[in-house]
Formats: sequence, structure tokens, C-alpha cells
Amino acid sequence: MSLKLPIYMDYQATTPTDPRVLEEMLPYFTETFGNAASRNHSYGWEAEKAVDDGRERIANVIGADPREIIFTSGATESDNMALKGVAETYKTKGKHIITSAIEHKAVIDSAKRLETWGFDVTYIMPREDGMTTAKMVEEAMTDETILVSIMTANNEIGVINPIREIGELCRSRKVLFHTDGTQGFGKIPLDVNDDFIDLMSISAHKIYGPKGVGALYVRRRKPRVRLAAIIDGGGHERGMRSGTLNVSGIVGFGKAAELCQESMEEESVRLSNMRDKFKATLMESLDEVYVNGHETQRLSGNLNVSFPYVEGESLIMGLKDVAVSSGSACTSASLEPSYVLKAMGRGDELAHSSIRFGLGRFTTQEEVDFVAEKTVEVVNRMRDMSPLYEMVKEGVDLSKVEWAHH
Amino acid sequence: MAYSEKVVDHYNNPRNVGSLDKNADAVGTGIVGAPECGDVMKLQVKVSGDGVIEDAKFKTFGCGSAIASSSLATEWLKGKTVDEAQEIKNTEIVEELNLPPVKIHCSVLAEDAIKAALNDYREKQGIPSVGDSRSAV
Repeated sequence: MSLKLPIYMDYQATTPTDPRVLEEMLPYFTETFGNAASRNHSYGWEAEKAVDDGRERIANVIGADPREIIFTSGATESDNMALKGVAETYKTKGKHIITSAIEHKAVIDSAKRLETWGFDVTYIMPREDGMTTAKMVEEAMTDETILVSIMTANNEIGVINPIREIGELCRSRKVLFHTDGTQGFGKIPLDVNDDFIDLMSISAHKIYGPKGVGALYVRRRKPRVRLAAIIDGGGHERGMRSGTLNVSGIVGFGKAAELCQESMEEESVRLSNMRDKFKATLMESLDEVYVNGHETQRLSGNLNVSFPYVEGESLIMGLKDVAVSSGSACTSASLEPSYVLKAMGRGDELAHSSIRFGLGRFTTQEEVDFVAEKTVEVVNRMRDMSPLYEMVKEGVDLSKVEWAHH
Repeated sequence: MAYSEKVVDHYNNPRNVGSLDKNADAVGTGIVGAPECGDVMKLQVKVSGDGVIEDAKFKTFGCGSAIASSSLATEWLKGKTVDEAQEIKNTEIVEELNLPPVKIHCSVLAEDAIKAALNDYREKQGIPSVGDSRSAV
């Protein structure tokens, strides 16, 4: 079998829509096209039914009540809604919010906005392995804390946080707990009750559904979470998010969620086997390869590695037959190294040398073998060209060199 | 980001990769940039008795444009006198490689590497330095 090039290995950026998902969506564009808010005819009723089915399938993945699923345009909107909505509603209770320095920009930038509204925000620096612990959250808490927002799994390094412990802590302190579940939903077991989650952002396009649709889980009881809307209008979604529902998108989201749930365990094993073999090949064939993030507490499809003495962008240029990211896709337009790796204390040097390989549902062993071989070849070629590698081989301590900064 | 054809060509077929004996009196070495900035260039020239650059080599840690800028610099250096080499401008590199604005710093670094290498050579020969370009090592 010949490989289709370039090989897609950026599944944490986005995923292709599964053909089974697309098939289920199609009738909702042309035949069952009604507005789910139309109460007076069957077009509307059918659309509403489709939305309700989608809601139920999504809720099932995380043990939620379907009424707790609020549809949005994607996880960025959900994150904005959670942070700003909670802040607005609970501002009289307190004005302190806790998050981490390696959250997605949708959370970090929302938190920064809240600072301009007069809130205090603590950005926890994660451990060196990328994890944010309950203890760190506890130490950051004050009497003023109203919300903790810590991601389920990180998009760059794939590290899975101890969500249940953080959730339990928050519940015991009567502080709301939001988690950006975009990378974890459908991939690792999550339960909003067992994990004490009050709000959770999720997205369809990371789980083989369509782009442009996401959701925010909002707890209805014990405690009932109230959210001020950030988009006003017709009062859809219990008044929390107005706007005509994206019916076909929601149908696809629901189907995608169901498919993930059905194959979660099996797929996780398949991906981690491929990923671990990939990692082993890199480690055996190259000296000084660093895995960024916790070795085992990470998404099965994620491998983030630094190849010291090789700059990431030139490495990606050499890997032209492979679609991968250096740092996060959201910030790779800038020349700054990954803020996630920097916050983990990796140092700019290693951050500049990092590549994220993202494996997913349609990744084959043959593709992984090809990419591993290519990577080794390009890293070796780049190191032959690297003055840093040469200096280290000559015994120079790079940290002692007085570099001319530009 | 889309690279120009010339950048891709230099990246795929870099000219004059390698090292010259940095302890030789006829060799000038310029190492500029910093690892934490994502760019380090090492550029070396070997100057003949009559002041002509007879060989040039480079090694670069950096993006494709940085590699191309230094590769191109070595091509241009060969056959020039030390004084002629001093006149190479980063803008000429930008033009030749069609570098986009975000990559202009790569050409600046290459110019700096040339000047640092020439100053290192001058120092070994007991000739006064020109400008303040200095090699890190």
C-alpha cells in the first residue's frame, strides 16, 4: 500500500470528520433543515428532536443530564462563556479566579480580560512534567476564590491533569470548577459527577466531528451553576446562549461522541502502542531526545519531543511529507517558542526544538514507521549542520557561552 | 509559512556546510546569535596570503531562512577580498532569497556572522577590528 502524503500527524489541532458522522449529518442540510426553535410545524419538531438526540449522546459520554449540555460554536466560545459568565454572576461572592499558565489561549485570554474587569487571577505554574496538582490549586485558593479553571488534558503536551482531585477540592471549598475538556472528551473516561466537574468545555472537531460546533456542560444541581450569557438574543439554550442551533453540526457532534465512547478503550490501547513504539524508535536511533510532559499520564495519541541542537521550524521543513506542529498551531504564526514548554521550565532552547506528533483514528502503523524513519533522518541531517551539536561534541558547555543576544 | 524556491533550494542543498580549523591563523570564525532566540550561526572564512577568501564554511541552528542566509553568505564570500566581504549587506540577502519581513532577522544575523568572522581573522593577523561584531566563542 502506498502512503498518502503528507501524512497527517496533527490530531490535537483538528481531526477529519469521520465518514459515518458526515453521513448522519447530510439530511439535516437539505431535507430536515428546520429551525429547532420553530414550535409550529414538523420541520421544527424534527430539528428539535435531532438536537435532543445529539444532546443525549454527548451527555452520555460524561455522565451528564442532557439538559446540562449547552451548545456553542466551539470550545473557545465555551471557555469564554464559562469564565466570563461565572465571573459576572458570582462577582459579589468574590473576585479571585485560579487557572494555570499552560491553559489554552481561550482560557488564558478570557482570564486576562477578567483582570481588566477587576478580578484577580492566579496562573499556576505547572510541575516540570506539565501537571497541575490539587495541592497547587489549594495553595492558590483564598476566601475570594470563586472559580478554578484547569484543563483536562493539555493540547500541546497531552498531559492529563488529576481532574478528580482538583474537582473534589473545589467542591469541598464551595468553589466552582471548570475544566477545558476539549482534548480529553471522548478519549479518556470522564464523569462530571465522579470528577466533581461544574463546567466543561468540549468541541466536535477534535473528536472526528465537524468544525464550528462545541458545547459547555453546565451543572444543574448540587450546585446549580448560574451563568450570565455573553451572547444575548432569542433565549435559546436556557437563555445561556442565544442563536439558532447548528442542527446538522449538533447531529454530527452527537454521532462523533457516540463513536468515541464505543471505541474509547480499544482506540486508546491502539494509539498508545503505536505512540510508544514511535518513541522507542526515536530514543534508540538518536542521542538526547527529550519527551515533554509526563511519560504516562498523557493522551495516548500525543508525543511531544524536543530534539536539542535542532530548531523546530527547520525540522518541520525537512519533514515536508508529514503534517506536524512545532508548538501550538494557534501561536505558530509568531516566532515565540511555545509558552507551554516555557512555563514547564523547559528553557527556550528546548522549546525551540520541540515537535508535537499527534496520532489519531486514521493513523496506521505503516505511517508511524515512515514518520519515525523520516524524523531520525532529518534530525541527523540538521545536527550535522548544527553549530551547537558540534560544540557540545567538542565538550563546550553551551550554558557557559556568552551569546550575543539580538 | 511558504518559503521561496531559493530558500528551499539552500535548505535541501546547503552549500559549504562544515568546519575549518578555528585555530589556524588564516581562518576567521564568527559565531553569532543565541540558542534561546532560536538562531545560532557559525561562519568561517579561510583567507589566502594575498587577502582573498579562498574557502568559507557554515553551520547553522535555526529555521530554513537562517540556514539559507548563511549558506548563501558562504557562496558570496568565496573569491572576495576581506574588504569586499565587509561590504556584504543583509538587504542583499533579503532580496536574493525573497525573505518575508518576519525573516529579515535571519539576514541580519548572517551579515553579523560575516563581520564577526572577518574581525576574528583580523585579530589573529594583528589588524584593527572593523565595527563591533564579535564571535561568541
